[in-house]
Amino acid sequence: MSRATTESVAEIKARNKQLIDEVLKVYPEKTAKRRAKHLSVHEAGKSDCGVKSNIKSIPGVMTIRGCAYAGSKGVVWGPIKDMIHISHGPVGCGQYSWGSRRNYYVGTTGIDTFVTLQFTSDFQEKDIVFGGDKKVTKLIDELQELFPLNRGITIQSECPIGLIGDDIEAVSREKSKEYGGKTIVPVRCEGFRGVSQSLGHHIANDAVRDWIFDKSAPEVSSKFEPTPYDVAIIGDYNIGGDAWSSRILLEEMGLRVIAQWSGDGSLAELEATPKAKLNILHCYRSMNYISRHMEEKFGIPWCEYNFFGPSKIAESLRKIASFFDDKIKEGAERVIAKYQPLVDAVTAKYRPRLDGKTVMLFVGGLRPRHVIGAYEDLGMDVVGTGYEFGHNDDYQRTAQHYVKDGTLIYDDVTGYEFERFVEKIRPDLVGSGIKEKYVFQKMGVPFRQMHSWDYSGPYHGYDGFAIFARDMDMAINSPIWGKTTAPWKDTPRPSLMAAE
Amino acid sequence: MTQNAEHILDHSELFRGDDYQQMLANKKALFENPHDPAEVDRIREWSKTPEYREKNFAREALTVNPAKACQPLGAVFAAVGFERTLPFVHGSQGCVAYYRSHLSRHFKEPTSCVSSSMTEDAAVFGGLNNMTDGLANSYNMYKPKMIAVATTCMAEVIGDDLNAFIKTSKEKGSVPADYDVPFAHTPAFVGSHVTGYDNTLKGILEHFWDGKAGTAPKLQRKANNSINFIGGFDGYTVGNIREIKRIFDLMGVGYTILADNSDVFDTPTDGEFRMYDGGTTLEDAANAVHAKATISMQQYCTEKTLPFIKGHDQEVVAFNHPLGVTATDDFLMTLSRITNKAIPNALERERGRLVDAMADSSAHVHGKKFAIYGDPDLCYGLAAFLLELGAEPTHVLSTNGSKTWEQKMQALFASSPFGKNCRAYPGKDLWHMRSLLFTEPVDFLIGNTYGKYLERDTGTPLIRIGFPIFDRHHHHRYPVWGYQGSMNVLVKILDKIFDEIDRKTSSVGKTDYSFDIIR
Repeated sequence: MSRATTESVAEIKARNKQLIDEVLKVYPEKTAKRRAKHLSVHEAGKSDCGVKSNIKSIPGVMTIRGCAYAGSKGVVWGPIKDMIHISHGPVGCGQYSWGSRRNYYVGTTGIDTFVTLQFTSDFQEKDIVFGGDKKVTKLIDELQELFPLNRGITIQSECPIGLIGDDIEAVSREKSKEYGGKTIVPVRCEGFRGVSQSLGHHIANDAVRDWIFDKSAPEVSSKFEPTPYDVAIIGDYNIGGDAWSSRILLEEMGLRVIAQWSGDGSLAELEATPKAKLNILHCYRSMNYISRHMEEKFGIPWCEYNFFGPSKIAESLRKIASFFDDKIKEGAERVIAKYQPLVDAVTAKYRPRLDGKTVMLFVGGLRPRHVIGAYEDLGMDVVGTGYEFGHNDDYQRTAQHYVKDGTLIYDDVTGYEFERFVEKIRPDLVGSGIKEKYVFQKMGVPFRQMHSWDYSGPYHGYDGFAIFARDMDMAINSPIWGKTTAPWKDTPRPSLMAAE
Repeated sequence: MTQNAEHILDHSELFRGDDYQQMLANKKALFENPHDPAEVDRIREWSKTPEYREKNFAREALTVNPAKACQPLGAVFAAVGFERTLPFVHGSQGCVAYYRSHLSRHFKEPTSCVSSSMTEDAAVFGGLNNMTDGLANSYNMYKPKMIAVATTCMAEVIGDDLNAFIKTSKEKGSVPADYDVPFAHTPAFVGSHVTGYDNTLKGILEHFWDGKAGTAPKLQRKANNSINFIGGFDGYTVGNIREIKRIFDLMGVGYTILADNSDVFDTPTDGEFRMYDGGTTLEDAANAVHAKATISMQQYCTEKTLPFIKGHDQEVVAFNHPLGVTATDDFLMTLSRITNKAIPNALERERGRLVDAMADSSAHVHGKKFAIYGDPDLCYGLAAFLLELGAEPTHVLSTNGSKTWEQKMQALFASSPFGKNCRAYPGKDLWHMRSLLFTEPVDFLIGNTYGKYLERDTGTPLIRIGFPIFDRHHHHRYPVWGYQGSMNVLVKILDKIFDEIDRKTSSVGKTDYSFDIIR
């Protein structure tokens, strides 16, 4: 329901606490005790959101989380476009993650670019019994023959690899030597490792450190002359083109983007990143590890930024500029001024249609906080949020910079909890993933997928904000939501009446 | 700046603007270490040659763009077809996130399924605790009437024993002792999603018929005149099962649809989320043992289930995704023979209408060459229908097709003069298909959404029939079985053929002729 002017923060807090108590009743005692630590009502002024996070999901509760393979192949490595990423193990993992993340790129697919191909060792029973090292050795030869323009190969481990004792590191070293020092990266991202996608991000970051930074000679592939304005975009997967609508702003303010990690990225860009003067980090959760490493090893500072919505974009442009000279600082102001008319026009068009509308979010490791500013720019209120795989530092950032007093917080939410929360709170919009989308739409609640942008995007940058605003408007104000009850049934839900 | 509030540009238009194009060109030139464009062209052209095809077909270890998924996906698909049944997949949790996403992207519906969320410790000590806790949680939270357990490859590699684990969990009070927890081992490194469907369905029937894992007496078969119907793994399950029910009702046949997921994958938007909807009742699943016969629409989805049922003294009959006149005739005549019910006039008239439509349009299909890929039964059904239409199913490829499937396909080709130059390709993938389409071109390609990459590379127009279909909406709601379903398939094929003729004749000043108003 839309922001109720009569409801005080105290009342909201009381209701949310009651809601938490109610959902916990469904669980067996042991589970209720564990889940209670992940649910909270935010208290203003606290340093975090009051929930435990990055803890194992409980069996049988219908967690929304994925696995380490999804974090490595699906998120970090998959978008590197000129390398071939082998889904090493049975066929399913690669199949279900084939092309579904919308990491946009430009290239000749299948010839010098490989993002939307599904390469797998398609394990059979004999591979489990006898091991897969011989198969992946041969597989690399076949890749070299059939896809000669690939710049490198990664071996993305699925569950069985770690369980049957394969030595993919030895295979990688041997084949790299055989192919003249070719970049071949073994990644130990078996799905049973860790508690979510998050460990997969970390493992993938470490693999870049160990198998690219520590092995490559940057001057070979990176032929450009460094400038004082070289930056790298870290943690933007170019979903629907997000990294592009970000890059254009950075270039307009006078910076030079020498690498994109990893949306529309290439091996050469990874290798060249140690030449950057500043690493700018969008998805902190998935790429803080490599940013910290580059700071320690190469002395490259890094700064987090947020390109969702004009308020955060302007704040971020100024923050990034503060690392550079006046030329760049002026550049930032110039960019902000240039786009102000677009921002004004978009806001004028959509804010009246969205003002006061409420949103509940449940996304991965960044967006549960990062998109809040964009909603607020449109006059909307985020009344509940939670991370699929955030850590405590994410909840700290959320508490300190984003959420309002009384916001309902749910970490690693279960299907049951999310359904009950939305049913009771009746927000005007839910933003989450494909598994959640149809649940809430059936309930008559407007929904946008906030992983894939519901096949739209970009949402980053000023160009993206216009699309974001339009999409939220078309979700919430679609005439279809007025038709979910048949007219001959004259008992509309009381909560819907209250919404008007 | 190209973006503006009045006409908001989507990604498809936005990035074609000069500013973005310039930016991307600079990125490539300066930072991507690109290959020489001439070299890229050379390799691209080489990849279209017979020489490349030969190397491509010599692959032994590498699979590129397979047209199959893994067993547990089929397990989930089958399990949700039973009344208030929650699929529970024992193993790593990411797998379940994938199955749910995959099915939801196809059906545009929620897919409810839980995982036992095994991690490193379970890899070392086994997943018994995960099973015990998981069953208790699922049972309390989601109030299922049955929990159907399957496995991911992780649980299979470490050798978890489902039967023993479920027994122990019941002893520990996770669920009541007489609560239904059928199970099936569904290793991802054996077979494909159709195998998982088969194992799960067999596991559920075995549970009800053969004494619930030693906890109840085995059912004594008392033969009746009902028949059981199994659809198999089917992207058109919603439309198909409803069509089959209509046909059965028209014939006055008593029937049980096993694994009837036609409602759970097609729930209304009316303010209520139905986690469970419809499905084969547990009572019907048990009583199915008494049926006179079981009909499977997809032989390769029921390779273990049918012999199991046959072992319970039922007649079993398997079809291969029957499409078209003859295959539907066979289906109905078999049904008639088993049930002693006549084929009603209403169906005979539907048959006549399909023949009428094929006669009206056959000139546009006759002699056209097609490539088909998909699950083995679907490939067979489509190929047989095309042969009936006088078309040539030149390349028929099934990643999860076996040697026996290949022989069956070749026998089908041999049965028709239009099958003379046709060939079946078992165990091959869509990168093989790419070589086939370049070296032995055809007029049209039939396959799932991933076929759009082949369409783009080779210029072969794609007719979307199969699973998954992610990028077109709602086709799963329309049947492809029966005479009416076959009509839908015919129309899909014809629409693409006519669209293609229009597309090729739409240059003003060049092909004003042939751009006909009547076809």
